[in-house]
Amino acid sequence: MKHTIAILVEDHPGVMARVAGLFTRRGFNIESIAVGPSEKTGISRMTIITSGDEKVLEQVTKQLNKLIDVIRVRDISPGNIIERELILVRVHTDSLPIRAEIIQLVEIFKAKVVYVERNTVTIELSGDEEKVSGFIKLLEPFGIIETVRTGRIAIARTKANGNA
Amino acid sequence: MIAEIMKRGEIMELSGTEIIVESLKQEEVKVIFGIIGAAIMPLYDTFGKMKKLPFKNILTRHEQGAIHAADGYARATGEVGVCIATSGPGATNLVTGLANAYLDSVPLVAFTGQVPTDMVGNDALQEVDITGITLPITKNNYIARRVEDLASIIKEAFYIARSGRPGPVLIDLPKDIQQARCQFKYPDKVNREGYKPSYKGHVRQIKAAAKKIMEAKKPVIIAGGGIINANASEELQKVALKTNIPVVNTFMGLGSFPKNHPLSLGMLGMYGQYVANQTISSADLIIALGTRFDDRITGNLKQFCPHAELIHIDIDPAEIGKNIAVNIPIVGDLKYTLHQLNDYLTEKKNSSWLAEIKKIREKIIPQLEEKKGELKPKYIIKCINEFFKGEAIIVTDVGQHQMWAANYGQFMHPRTFVSSGGLGTMGFGLPAAIGAKFGCPKKPVVCISGDGSFQMNIQELATAIYNRLPIIVVLMNNGYLGMVRQLQELFCERRYVSTSLAGSPDFIKIVEGYGGVGFRVDKKEEFYPILEKAFQMNQFVLIDCQIPQEENTFPMVQPGSSINQMMGVDQS
Repeated sequence: MKHTIAILVEDHPGVMARVAGLFTRRGFNIESIAVGPSEKTGISRMTIITSGDEKVLEQVTKQLNKLIDVIRVRDISPGNIIERELILVRVHTDSLPIRAEIIQLVEIFKAKVVYVERNTVTIELSGDEEKVSGFIKLLEPFGIIETVRTGRIAIARTKANGNA
Repeated sequence: MIAEIMKRGEIMELSGTEIIVESLKQEEVKVIFGIIGAAIMPLYDTFGKMKKLPFKNILTRHEQGAIHAADGYARATGEVGVCIATSGPGATNLVTGLANAYLDSVPLVAFTGQVPTDMVGNDALQEVDITGITLPITKNNYIARRVEDLASIIKEAFYIARSGRPGPVLIDLPKDIQQARCQFKYPDKVNREGYKPSYKGHVRQIKAAAKKIMEAKKPVIIAGGGIINANASEELQKVALKTNIPVVNTFMGLGSFPKNHPLSLGMLGMYGQYVANQTISSADLIIALGTRFDDRITGNLKQFCPHAELIHIDIDPAEIGKNIAVNIPIVGDLKYTLHQLNDYLTEKKNSSWLAEIKKIREKIIPQLEEKKGELKPKYIIKCINEFFKGEAIIVTDVGQHQMWAANYGQFMHPRTFVSSGGLGTMGFGLPAAIGAKFGCPKKPVVCISGDGSFQMNIQELATAIYNRLPIIVVLMNNGYLGMVRQLQELFCERRYVSTSLAGSPDFIKIVEGYGGVGFRVDKKEEFYPILEKAFQMNQFVLIDCQIPQEENTFPMVQPGSSINQMMGVDQS
């Protein structure tokens, strides 16, 4: 089962290595990891997407909580959450009709063209996993040159669900 | 000088190394163990400049010796052990000792020298990423990047090492940070949002536990190392005596409950006592205190205590439910929680249960008395019990001798059994005995070792003898790496590959070479008088005991078996 784990950490050197190291040691796979500053200075928020059974997850959560730099760990996957991922993707546009077709897809998905060359176009899209994967699938036949994904971030829909 | 300035309340500027010395003084450190090297020279030079160093500075002969000495000191005293090493190989030589302390929850602070900050990351001479290497085997670690942070890092390191579930902390000190100067003020307290150990147990859970204990027909207490770390032996005894619940000890918990008490069933586990393992297996309630259900205790997890409900009290929430499902989990410090629990308990007899256990005990035929003249391990331990009456600190190495000591040793008080449990580090004994003796100079210290283990840190003879430490080493010499030889005998049709220690030195001559005294004993009747003599000599003495080569540690549980299926038990 997939889990979205939100971790608040003190922004100290080595904290990424500590967190990632624990996942490795307990045999837990990190599917994606996104880190950035939180609303408080000196404190970062990590969003980790992982899969594994409940017992191992409980152990990982407890072990993460033991790290001095970790302030809070929450498995937010069962809750009502909003997930987003940002991607940048460069696609071949060999002819004008193809470019028009791609731009049509961009409009449907509310994506954005951020750079255009004579035979390529670079697109920006944000959305949940389903939307992002669906978009990439549709672009594949045109020939994707490069895809860059941020990894998912997530937030609880209401404050009542608690902040991570 | 520094103290005078501080008294005057003036703001003073100190170098990084002066800050370290001042901070150690504030933490009331009494002794440090270490080895100098280029990257840690500024710190030692500061020691040299001081008229009177506020702590003893002990030079060991290997960094592993230094950290095990600090570890032995910490286990024997309950205070934080401190060791120092230089960068590179000095630092990596601490790795085994850190892992050893981490697995046994021993409070340590290790300082390592590091190349100057502008060279960190350039693969300079004697540079290693020691904070990276020790990440999974320290409770926390630091690299001091600014001299201004040094005092708060040290304060935090000591606090983290000794509070909650204790453990080792490492501080890496780049040479330029040691030499840089800044104003010094030692912080009063530590405030880390991510580190707030909970000490008091949840009252509702404690009440529920008390109710279960009162209802149980066949309750057993498993007392682990957490009792010793929390200094909760007295509270444990109060609970056990009030309710007449038998107590088994884990290896790490030996000494937390007096072994000669009628309620004591001794050690449980793979090399534990038959009665302890059988009792646990037929119990209906297990009260597990400060133990982590290591595989050497549980044996086959699926068959562990099939009839029992489980109350588990531990300060580390991650230990609860890790290996075994728990009915009543309680997170808290054992001193507090047992005190709380005791208030909800009333007196209880448990007569029929105790009678049942007595029957299990009686089933075992006492092992035949050794043939006259043959010096057996059990007899050696018996003599040590008789002579010291549980008042000595028994330090061991790792192997068969360790299990003999654990099983037959008469441990009466906490912190009198110092041994490497979780990591099983051969070579721990001698340096740990040195640390224990520095920590408790008035108590006799006996190091029970083997001819394999002893050679793994034999260089520390210099540290012990030069410092005139009256340690008695009882060397159980069987010419083998005996524990593995035993496994080869039982499971590899006696193919003794790489376990013979042919080529070992004459240990008496080795000890004499360092300036100590050695005796060789090969007859049973010689041992006690020699032990007596060694004690009276009040100096470093090694007793080389020639024990039978193929003596086994029995009874034992085969790896993967249930703990009540022990081999090597003589039953009627």
